[in-house]
Amino acid sequence: MSLKIKINYRLFREIKTQLFKLVTILSAIAVILPLLLILKFVFVQGAGSLNLSFFTELPKPVGEVGGGMKHAIIGTIVIVMIGAMIAVPIGITCGIYLSEFSKSKLSKTLKLTVDLMSGIPSIVIGIFAYLIVVVPMKSFSAFAGGVALSIIMLPIIIKTSEEILKLVPNHLREAGLALGLPRWKVILFIILKGSIANLLTGIILAISRAAGETAPLLFTAFGNMYMSYDIKSPMATLPVQIYTYAISPFKDWQRQAWAGAFILMVLILAMNLFARFILTKIKDKKGF
Amino acid sequence: MSKSELSEKIILEAKNLEAWFGDFQAVKGIDVSYHERTINAIIGPSGCGKSTYLRCLNRIHEEIEGTHVRGQVLLEGQNIYDKKIDVVDVRKRIGMVFQKPNPFPSMSILDNVVIGLRLQGINKRSTLLEVAETCLKKAALWEEVKDKLSSLGTSLSGGQQQRLCIARALAINPPVLLMDEPTSALDPIATAKIEELMNEIKRDYTVIIVTHNMQQAARISDYTSFFVYGKMIEHGLSSDIFTNPKEKQTEDYISGRFG
Repeated sequence: MSLKIKINYRLFREIKTQLFKLVTILSAIAVILPLLLILKFVFVQGAGSLNLSFFTELPKPVGEVGGGMKHAIIGTIVIVMIGAMIAVPIGITCGIYLSEFSKSKLSKTLKLTVDLMSGIPSIVIGIFAYLIVVVPMKSFSAFAGGVALSIIMLPIIIKTSEEILKLVPNHLREAGLALGLPRWKVILFIILKGSIANLLTGIILAISRAAGETAPLLFTAFGNMYMSYDIKSPMATLPVQIYTYAISPFKDWQRQAWAGAFILMVLILAMNLFARFILTKIKDKKGF
Repeated sequence: MSKSELSEKIILEAKNLEAWFGDFQAVKGIDVSYHERTINAIIGPSGCGKSTYLRCLNRIHEEIEGTHVRGQVLLEGQNIYDKKIDVVDVRKRIGMVFQKPNPFPSMSILDNVVIGLRLQGINKRSTLLEVAETCLKKAALWEEVKDKLSSLGTSLSGGQQQRLCIARALAINPPVLLMDEPTSALDPIATAKIEELMNEIKRDYTVIIVTHNMQQAARISDYTSFFVYGKMIEHGLSSDIFTNPKEKQTEDYISGRFG
């Protein structure tokens, strides 16, 4: 009798375990499925307009068939690069400050600022960049877009680099100091140099996040229909181009918007995968 | 080694040295002097402040938040805690080997040895290679790594890594070398190798070693200090301390009745 009860209890426990496992698996699927569906949906809608000329041609006037988004693809690359050139040096330096010289009042303020910054709606960042760059320069510009994107990237870069540097065990800092090296050399040439792959991953993640932003670019880079390399004037970007085409009444443009969306997603996905790739490559070999 | 063969020249001296972690005083009024080219062991039960004391001797203790030090440490007569002294110069002259082998993970064996010199601005490859060979030989590691100097330092075994760290410390040629339980994470064979090399480097360097292992202290050291609760109970020739201790507490500890 007692044996039978025991067996039943074990069965009951087993069911509970399996049920819980099922719930976790379902949640995982619930997260993965939308991404796959979005990818598929965007691909199906955009595939028709995807061809070589999409990458090599500029938009054609309404009514004419064909045309591409070369200017927007290049514009996105230019503006994201401007943003990265501003955000990466400042972000990494702030990360070093938080990880190596923390405990001061300034570092607590910085930490709070970073947390708040990552919560600011991107449209607000766009308006801010409009006020501090576009208004004084009296023109929408790629530079203003870069500034807006750098504000998006900053908190991500600061947070990841702080955490990456904090992972470096303290005894390595002591080992460097014990060699009679000044602190800045230990940080720069031992700690930072050893974490370079991880830091790079953080930077790529920040860049891929910023590359997909639309709202901060609406009032800053603004967009145009021509090829432009002038960072002092408006420049097209994929997200803004997609936005413009998607709300237009023309069927042809709407199809192109889908194609643009697909390219943008592939670009961001590729950057993320690349970041993961270097991380695993390095982790296998060495690292802290 | 008998007392007559030991150098009489004092190289390092602690005067009323005290150290704190916040409000907790870990080291209490240490007065001791170390002779040139000797091995000096520090023994004592866990938590007796011997590591903290050692870390005061090259001013690495102050790198921990909320700590402070009082008293003097004289290196060849000069107080290293003097306001005019640059802490970086102190550490160039008093090297340190830590409890856990800690080679820099992203660097090759060669880079690990010469990083101190390289970051001091010495970039001539032939000089660096020469120093690396000399120091790896002193650390009894040369034969094992001479064909793979460009492999990662962390690819070595624990015992080899610790000898690499010793070579790294020797590369900047400090007259004094501090060792904080350098063999406590190693197996007996690796330990024996390190003890052997200590006997070799003693010709050129003064070694101060913290150890949990009393047999080790008895085997390798010329002088031994016994610490309890941040105080130095006894300091003297190791042959005296281990055969004929003056203090009851020392005798109890080395005979295993306490600690």
